[in-house]
Amino acid sequence: MSDQPLLRVNAVTKYYGGRIGCDEVTFSLWPGEVLAVVGESGSGKTTLLNCISTRLPPTSGTVEYRMRDGQMRDLYRMGEAERRLLMRTDWGFVHQNPADGLRMTVSAGANVGERLMAVGDRHYGKIRAAAGDWLGRVEIDVDRIDDQPRDFSGGMRQRLQIARNLVTGPRLVFMDEPTGGLDVSVQARLLDLVRSLVADLGLSAIVVTHDLAVARLLSHRMLVMKDGHVIEHGLTDRVLDDPQEPYTQLLVSSILQV
Amino acid sequence: MATPLVVSEVSKSFTMHLRSGVKLPVVDNVNFSVAAGECVVLGGPSGVGKSSILKMLYGNYSVNEGQILITHGDRTVDIASADPRMVLALRRDVIGYVSQFLRTVPRVAAVDVVAEPLIAQRASQDAAMTRARELLAQLNLPERLWSLPPATFSGGEQQRVNIARGFITSHPVLLLDEPTASLDAANRAVVIDLIRAKKEAGVALLGIFHDAEVRAAVADRTIDVSEFRAVGEAA
Amino acid sequence: MTMQQTDMATYNFAYLDEQTKRMIRRAILKAIAIPGYQAPFASREMPMPYGWGTGGVQVTAAILGPDDVLKVIDQGADDTTNAVSIRAFFQRVANVAVTTHTKDATVIQTRHRIPEETLRKGQVLVYQVPIPEPLRYLEPRETETRKMHALEEYGLMHVKLYEDIARNGHIATTYAYPVKVEGRYVMDPSPTPKFDNPKMHMSEALQLFGAGREKRIYALPPHTEVVSLDFEDHPFEVQKFDQPCALCGAEGVYLDEVILDDKGGRMFVCSDTDHCEKRREEGHRGPLAAEAPEMHS
Repeated sequence: MSDQPLLRVNAVTKYYGGRIGCDEVTFSLWPGEVLAVVGESGSGKTTLLNCISTRLPPTSGTVEYRMRDGQMRDLYRMGEAERRLLMRTDWGFVHQNPADGLRMTVSAGANVGERLMAVGDRHYGKIRAAAGDWLGRVEIDVDRIDDQPRDFSGGMRQRLQIARNLVTGPRLVFMDEPTGGLDVSVQARLLDLVRSLVADLGLSAIVVTHDLAVARLLSHRMLVMKDGHVIEHGLTDRVLDDPQEPYTQLLVSSILQV
Repeated sequence: MATPLVVSEVSKSFTMHLRSGVKLPVVDNVNFSVAAGECVVLGGPSGVGKSSILKMLYGNYSVNEGQILITHGDRTVDIASADPRMVLALRRDVIGYVSQFLRTVPRVAAVDVVAEPLIAQRASQDAAMTRARELLAQLNLPERLWSLPPATFSGGEQQRVNIARGFITSHPVLLLDEPTASLDAANRAVVIDLIRAKKEAGVALLGIFHDAEVRAAVADRTIDVSEFRAVGEAA
Repeated sequence: MTMQQTDMATYNFAYLDEQTKRMIRRAILKAIAIPGYQAPFASREMPMPYGWGTGGVQVTAAILGPDDVLKVIDQGADDTTNAVSIRAFFQRVANVAVTTHTKDATVIQTRHRIPEETLRKGQVLVYQVPIPEPLRYLEPRETETRKMHALEEYGLMHVKLYEDIARNGHIATTYAYPVKVEGRYVMDPSPTPKFDNPKMHMSEALQLFGAGREKRIYALPPHTEVVSLDFEDHPFEVQKFDQPCALCGAEGVYLDEVILDDKGGRMFVCSDTDHCEKRREEGHRGPLAAEAPEMHS
C-alpha cells in the first residue's frame, strides 16, 4: 500500500446561491481504497461527488490528484483538455442511470471501444477484441457485442457501463448509486462484480450510496453526510457497528433486517 | 519478544441518541495482555461486555479511553487511535478474527471466502486455494459445498467456513468469538486441534468460549470480564 | 420620396446587400485561415427554401464579381432543377457569364459532386451543405460538439466507422465521409460521395462550404491536406465501378444508374454530365452510346 494519497480533497465547499450543497469537506483517498459516501437524498453526497470529479466547480476548496507521473495536480487549475483526457482515461464515472453513461444507440462493442478510439487506437480488430474481452468480464455474452444497450436489461446496461469505464485501465472510479433502480438479485450480482473488479484491479473508488449494505460490502471507509456536512467518518465497520452521531445511529437503526 | 497484545485502561460506553442520549456503560478500566503462544479466555456472564472487548480490539467499536497496543512488525500501534488505513493493515497482517456469524457475500464460493485473507496477504492463488481446501476438509465440510456460496448453508456449515477463513493465515493475534457455538463434538475437537496448533506456532489467542469442554482444553488462563464492569448511570 | 420607383424590383449586384457580403466574406476569410473549422455567420433569408442551397448561394453571392464565369451542378449535372434555378438566379441578379464547362468556370457551385476534371488554381468550388457538423450523428449537443472540436476529441468519429464495420463488415459510409483537415479539424465534406474525397486533398482550387440553415461556413484553402478517416485494418477505399460509362466509355469516374424502361433495362453513365459530353465530343463511345445519343442535350 502506497503512503501517498491518490486524491486529496481539501475544504471543498459548494453553495447554490445561499444554500449549502456541501461544506468544507476534506479527506484523502489512497490507492486501492474504496470510500463510501452515505446519507439521504439532499444530504450533499452527489454534489460532493460532482465537485471532486470536476463535473461541478466548487465555490471554494481544492481537489488534487496524483497523476501517473507521481505529480500531485490541482484539478481545477488544469487545462480543460488535460482534465477531460484524465476523465476518459485515468478515471471512470458510473452513473446511477446507465443511459447517462452509455450511448444508447450504438452497439455494446462500440460503447466499450469508444474510450480506446478516443486515445488513438485505430485497429478495428484489436478494439473489437478488447471490447469482447471486457463484455466477458462483466458477464455479458460476447454474442451481444453488436446489440445496442437499449435492448439490454437494467442490470446488463449497468454492467456495460462499468466495462465502458474500465477498458482504459483507470485508477479511480466514481460511482453514483451504482445499484439504484435495480432488482435486489441483480444488485447482488452487480455488487459482487464491482467488488471483485475493484479488488483484482486495485482500483480506488468513491461510491455514493444511500444503501448501507452496499457501503458495507464495497467500502473500506465511509463518510456520513447530512445537510451538506460530513458528520461522521471512519472505518466502514466501525461507523456501522458503533455509530457515534445521532443521525448515523438513526440511519443504521433504519436498516431493514431480513 | 514484545507482547503482541496489550490492553491498557480501556473504557467503553454507548451513547444512545435515539433514546434521549442515555449513556450505556459497557466496560471500564480494562487491563490485560496476551503473550505469544498463549490462549486467554474472556469469561463472565453474558452481557458483561466480552464481545464488545473483542470488537474494540478488531476496530469495529470505538474506544472511549485507554489504549490497545498491537505489535506490528517492529513497532507498536495503538488500535484505539489508529486511522482506518492502519486498522485495515493490522487486520490484513496482524489480527485475525473469527466471528460468531459469517457475513456472506453474494455469489462467492465457500472455498474463495476461505482463501481470501491469504490472497490479501499476496499469497499465490494456487497456494491459497490448496490451503483453503485442506482446512475445509479438516473441518469436515462436504466437498460438494466448497464451490457454493455459503449464504444458504446451515449455521454449523457457515461456522466452519468462518473458522477456516480465520485460521488460514498466520496472523500473530487471533480473536475468537464463540467459534464452536454451533458445532458438533467431532468438529469441536478439530477446532481444539487448530487452536493448539496456533499456540504452538506462537500466536496470541483471545477468545470467548461458552462451551466448558473447549474452554478447558485450550485456555491457559481466564479473565473475568465482570471485574471491568463499569460503574455508570445505568449499569 | 425621391427614390425612383420602377415596375420591377431591382437588386444589388448578386442579390445580397454589400454589408451582408462583407459579413460573409469575413466568415469566409476566417474559415480559410482555420481550414476545416466551422465559422459561424449570420445566414440570411434567401428566396428559396432551406435545403435548396441557401448556404452555397450566399457564399457564391459574396464572392462573385462581374468578370466571373459561373457553373452550377447538382449531383454532377448542369441540367437538373436545382442547378438550373440557381444558375438562372445569378444570371438575373448579377448578370454574370455562365457555363457548363468545368474548365471555363471560375466559380462552381455544387451539390453532391466534385467535377471529374481536376480543378486548377484560381477556381473556387462552393459546396451546398445541409449538416456541417460531422459529430452530430452521435452527439446532438452543439455545446458539446464545439468543445470536442476545440479539444480535438475525435474518438466519436471512429465510433461511427466502428459501427459501420460491425454491422456491414466494411465501412459502409459512402457519402458525407468524414475527413481530417491538416491533421487538426474533422470535417464533413457535405453529402458528396466518398469517391470524391481524394479530389479534395491538395486541390489547387479554393473550396468553400456554406450551410445556410446551420449558419456555418468552412473552407479548404488550396493545397490543403485532407485525409479520410479509417482503421488500420479497414483502410479508406473509394467505390469502384465494374463497368465504364455506357455513353462515353470513361473508367475511374463516378457513375449514376439510369433506368431505361420498365423491363429492368438500365445503364450506368457519368454523373458529371460536362465530363461525359466532352469525352463524346472527343470521339469516345460507350457500349450504349448509339441507343441513347440524346441522353445529355
